Amino acid sequence: MKALAAGFTFFARRLTQAALVMLAILIIAFAVHAALGDPLREIMGEAVPVAEREELRHKLGLDAPWPVQLARYLGGAVKGDLGTSTIYKRPTLEIILAKFPASLELVLGASLIVLLLSLPAGVYCAVRPRSVGAKLIMSLSVLGISVPVFLTGIFLITIFAVWLGWLPAFGRGETVRLGFWETGLLTRDGLRHLVLPALTLSSIMLPLFIRLVRGAMLDELGHDYVRTARAKGASPLRVWLSHALRNALLPLVAVGGLQTGTLVAYTLLTETVFQWPGMGFLFLEAVTRADIPLVTTYLVFVGLLFVITNTIVDIVSLMLDPRISLEGTR
Amino acid sequence: MSAEGVQTGPRALLAFAGERPGGALAAIVLGAIALAAAFAPLLAPQNSFDLTSFDVLDAGLPPSWLEGSDPRFLLGTDAQGRDLLSAILYGTRISLVVGVLAVAIQTAIGVPLGLLAGYAGGRVDTIVTRAADIQLSLSTLMIAIIALALFRAGLGGESLTRFAVPLLVVVIGLAEWPYFARTARAATQVEAVKDYVRAARALGGSSLGIMWRHILPNILSPLIVVATTQVAGAIMAEAALSFLGLGMPVTKPSLGTLIRSGYDLMFAGAWWVTVIPGLVLIGLLVSVNVLGDALRDGLDPRRGAR
Repeated sequence: MKALAAGFTFFARRLTQAALVMLAILIIAFAVHAALGDPLREIMGEAVPVAEREELRHKLGLDAPWPVQLARYLGGAVKGDLGTSTIYKRPTLEIILAKFPASLELVLGASLIVLLLSLPAGVYCAVRPRSVGAKLIMSLSVLGISVPVFLTGIFLITIFAVWLGWLPAFGRGETVRLGFWETGLLTRDGLRHLVLPALTLSSIMLPLFIRLVRGAMLDELGHDYVRTARAKGASPLRVWLSHALRNALLPLVAVGGLQTGTLVAYTLLTETVFQWPGMGFLFLEAVTRADIPLVTTYLVFVGLLFVITNTIVDIVSLMLDPRISLEGTR
Repeated sequence: MSAEGVQTGPRALLAFAGERPGGALAAIVLGAIALAAAFAPLLAPQNSFDLTSFDVLDAGLPPSWLEGSDPRFLLGTDAQGRDLLSAILYGTRISLVVGVLAVAIQTAIGVPLGLLAGYAGGRVDTIVTRAADIQLSLSTLMIAIIALALFRAGLGGESLTRFAVPLLVVVIGLAEWPYFARTARAATQVEAVKDYVRAARALGGSSLGIMWRHILPNILSPLIVVATTQVAGAIMAEAALSFLGLGMPVTKPSLGTLIRSGYDLMFAGAWWVTVIPGLVLIGLLVSVNVLGDALRDGLDPRRGAR
């Protein structure tokens, strides 16, 4: 009963925190919007007489004091209205949501590669730290950390697209519409287009995760329960995988899940290299063409993703290790 | 940990090089690159920032070992007809300057905050640690991208061009101070309870004096290691930002800008404009990282024993 109450308090506290962070992000976005964007110029252009301009300013309520405007902005944000793009003349959130599937599919593809490779590689490096293979993997991971993600992309394009001509280098290829979700995962062409970008994005996360898995595993292997399990006669493989790895997953979820910001940044770079039509590519276009509403909406959206993943990571950590709740609500 | 058994001077340096040939090699490569970059105006056949010194008619010439090359351009030319060798020398110079200055800012903010947090503890410690955690969880590269994007969207591309170097230095410097703060804090906490600090306090030393004169010299090794990896991080951040078009302009290219501008030419067959600066950048980053790893192992006696 007590544990349940503690769990509930933890949950409520996390949700309040998430809401407060979102509020802060929205206020920053409003400030940027107010400081950099001029909605009148966006609507009317430069060549409109001052009197007419002032009239519209009044009509749109843009001469209201800033707290009123902030309240209006926040009110709009709750309903999903974060402004209108000056390039596309459409609601900014709609444009970003249309690009979101492309970015998410890229991230999912890369995460799959990272997951499939980093777990075995990390476990191997932890259980056989002195083997040649482990040393090779660790050296390669130093190299991987040293190569900027956009160069990995460029080299992959040079080799597989320009020289060998095996895989396409640009865009998403053929896509299929599933309701509002435009997916490239269902066509051969779409999947072929995903290979190089996903490999590129995974290349930068892979060394980090191999080191994480290895570190977490090494910590666990030093514990007494591992020796006990071995003494009871459990096979090494069973001890590594179902005892140590299971416990090593907790720090993995906690640290790995907190890489959202980094992942967004690297996705942005990857999208630029491959002209992948995702959110990051859109964001850079908005920046070059000074589309302030679109820029601030992107910030709010990325902030939201960040808050959601962090909250989920905290809750999953709680489920994996109930001790955290007691510490968290102290 | 203690001062005993730690050699100083040239002999220690030689011993270090003997034990860690990889680190020594990295240091030599890094030194060569740094020297070449420092003397770029003397070494480069051409001034890359002087737009009148090159001709568009020379654009896209291949390196000297390929067919159709021009003997004047050892590594070929870029899309503007700029000599690639000169551009790389000048570009490396910018990358190194931005990297080192940005890390200087990180040190100037992070080390005092970390010392203070580790020494004072209590509420000061909580605030500094919290601020560092929050900033790190936001991802430093993302912060830098957003800051420069807002500058660019708000002030227009031109002012970004004029103030590119100071802007990059400040943005990358402000984004990554938490690494120094964390390291300095952890090391200070270890030192603060030692006898020499208690003795200094008993003798009436002021807190500031103790932190500066007694603790700081004793926590330098971990700070040097962090500084090395941070220089690599800052150079990589600068290259990434320039590649995105948010950093150095085409008129004053860094390695990242060269890679970006060469990228357009790659499908026309001119791969060298992208690949050669890319390889130089990787060489630079690998040597800094390898040196950092060697320093970490060399300066930490516990790791050396393993």
